[in-house]
Amino acid sequence: MNKPDEIKPSGPPLSPYRRLRRYSSMLTSLIALIPLFILAIINYHQDTDAYRAENRYAISRILSNTERTLEFVLEERRSALAFILSERSYEELNTNEGLAATLQNLKNSFGGFVDLGLIDSGGVQQSYVGPYNLAGINYQDQSWFLEVILRGFHVSDVFMGYRNFPHFVMAFKKEKPNGDFYVIRATLDMELLTRLIYNLELDRRTDAFIINRDGILQTPSVFFGGVLEKARFEVPSSMMDREVIDERIEDEQWLTTGYAYISKSPFILMVMKQLERPLWHWIDHRADLLWFLGISAALILVVVYYSTSHMVNRLRESDLKRAKVFHNAEYTNKMATIGRMAAGVAHEINNPLAIINEKAGLLKDMVDFDPNHPQKEKTLTQISSILKSVERCSKVTHRLLGFARRMEMQTEIINLAELLKEVMGFQSSEIIHRNIKIESTIDPKLPELESDRGQLQQVFLNIISNALAAIPDGGRIEITASPLNPDEIAVTITDNGVGIQERDLQHIFEPFFSTRGEFGTGLGLSITNDIVQRLGGRISVKSTVGVGTSFIVSLPIKRRI
Amino acid sequence: MSRFRVLIIDDEEELAATLVERLAYRDIEAEYAVDGGTALEKISVRQYDVVVLDLKLPGISGQEVLQRLKDQYPYLPVVLITGHGTPNGHENDKSESAYNIIPKPIGLDALIELMEAAIKNHE
Repeated sequence: MNKPDEIKPSGPPLSPYRRLRRYSSMLTSLIALIPLFILAIINYHQDTDAYRAENRYAISRILSNTERTLEFVLEERRSALAFILSERSYEELNTNEGLAATLQNLKNSFGGFVDLGLIDSGGVQQSYVGPYNLAGINYQDQSWFLEVILRGFHVSDVFMGYRNFPHFVMAFKKEKPNGDFYVIRATLDMELLTRLIYNLELDRRTDAFIINRDGILQTPSVFFGGVLEKARFEVPSSMMDREVIDERIEDEQWLTTGYAYISKSPFILMVMKQLERPLWHWIDHRADLLWFLGISAALILVVVYYSTSHMVNRLRESDLKRAKVFHNAEYTNKMATIGRMAAGVAHEINNPLAIINEKAGLLKDMVDFDPNHPQKEKTLTQISSILKSVERCSKVTHRLLGFARRMEMQTEIINLAELLKEVMGFQSSEIIHRNIKIESTIDPKLPELESDRGQLQQVFLNIISNALAAIPDGGRIEITASPLNPDEIAVTITDNGVGIQERDLQHIFEPFFSTRGEFGTGLGLSITNDIVQRLGGRISVKSTVGVGTSFIVSLPIKRRI
Repeated sequence: MSRFRVLIIDDEEELAATLVERLAYRDIEAEYAVDGGTALEKISVRQYDVVVLDLKLPGISGQEVLQRLKDQYPYLPVVLITGHGTPNGHENDKSESAYNIIPKPIGLDALIELMEAAIKNHE
């Protein structure tokens, strides 16, 4: 005999579970990772903003410190010249010796002075001390001279001039008591200012230099070239004396520029810093955060993968288990049906076979007991052949009966509460889908039954299927199980469905009777009734149209043959 | 002079009648009844040494006839005929009437042996 477990439950195919695993791990991963990445993006923007603010602040400090120093250096030299003019008379200065002593004093005290000249109101250099031979030159038509006459003071741009190295000029006008005037003119080496900037010790990305108002470089620049070259950017507007601005010079590349107009001079101090690319800066500075992000993401993915796999596997196992139980129940039921059929066939054949057997036997007797029977031997041979054939048939029918008996009932100890739960499990998807309320009242003192598990499953499955067909969505099924008497228990299954007409009620256990028209085979309750009887129990029904139907199944606690 | 008297209760008249005829060849006086009612009537008016009973009968069932015989004629031995081979659960049953069962189709010699054994057992 084939064991039920030799029927391999084909089981649900793998692919839906794979899809379920993929969807659920993707969804879980996204939900876990998206906030993490959003936080990282927020952090990146905050970090970038902070980086720019920090740079603006740094540039601003360099700018104001350097501006102050530059102004101080220029102011110091201007004051020195002003002091000389107020201290020394025209006559004292208008000698090469006097002028040389003064230049020497200035060089000693302040540095940066290259030469010194005295120019009369006609623009002629009256006296000169310095490394070049410039005495007697006429400056009358030069713009700086006109400006000194007009304003009394002048600081020039940087130029090469006769001296052929970058320098600038400071000049003062002094009125004589007779209304005439003269001008003292000092040349200063630009190195004075260049060294100031050089001493700032700026990093590679930072450039500080001086331009004039035409944008000509007055000191060398890292980014824009040497002295007296034209800088390739717009001269900052003089609306504000000093300002620090960020500008995006290309995608993701920022430049912080600070400028300050140096008072009483044509100079503009520029400090520029090309920022690192914000992304690289962020990665450099928040490596800890990136590590954390990476490790968290990896952990999340691993945990999600394993927990999802575990969950899906559990689901698959339980589905398989359910399918197997279902298959077993189906198999048992099928085999029982075959058994019943075999028994019926064997029984029906046995009766005529018995008659043939006896009639042949009688013929044999008649020949046997008649000593004068003609052709006695031949007749007996024929009869014996009939009897042997009957015996062969009889062996077949007995084998069939033996098979049927094995297929019929098997006795097990059954916990009815568990069995009912199992049966509800077969219908769980419909129960949930149709929102059906199951009220189950199982007496805790209910004894265990001696019965056939597969057959009982079939009985309750049929009754509950009928109940489900009778009730609307959202309907209710009550199941109660309690001892009926010391030998029997009763299971009542009540629905609040359409009910059964009274004229139908007496026919419902008959085969091929169905109230569901073409939807029912009309065999369900007839088979159910048959099984219950063969288990030694009884089934009855009560119904009120529009109120509901109750099926009462009573079952013996001990198996009766 | 017959060896003993038997009543065969079987709804298949052809079978019962043939059995009666065959038993007569063997000096066994046999009668038959095709239903439980007739059988009980016959038993009430005449004494039989043994009864052969088919369990599947119309009207009063074989089981019921058997019960009544046990109640009313406890000393009357009964041999059962069954179309189901050996009845369910009786394969290993060594109690009272276990050896009194014979399956269809009936082997006549086996039946006679069984009847004789039953009679002997009840004496």
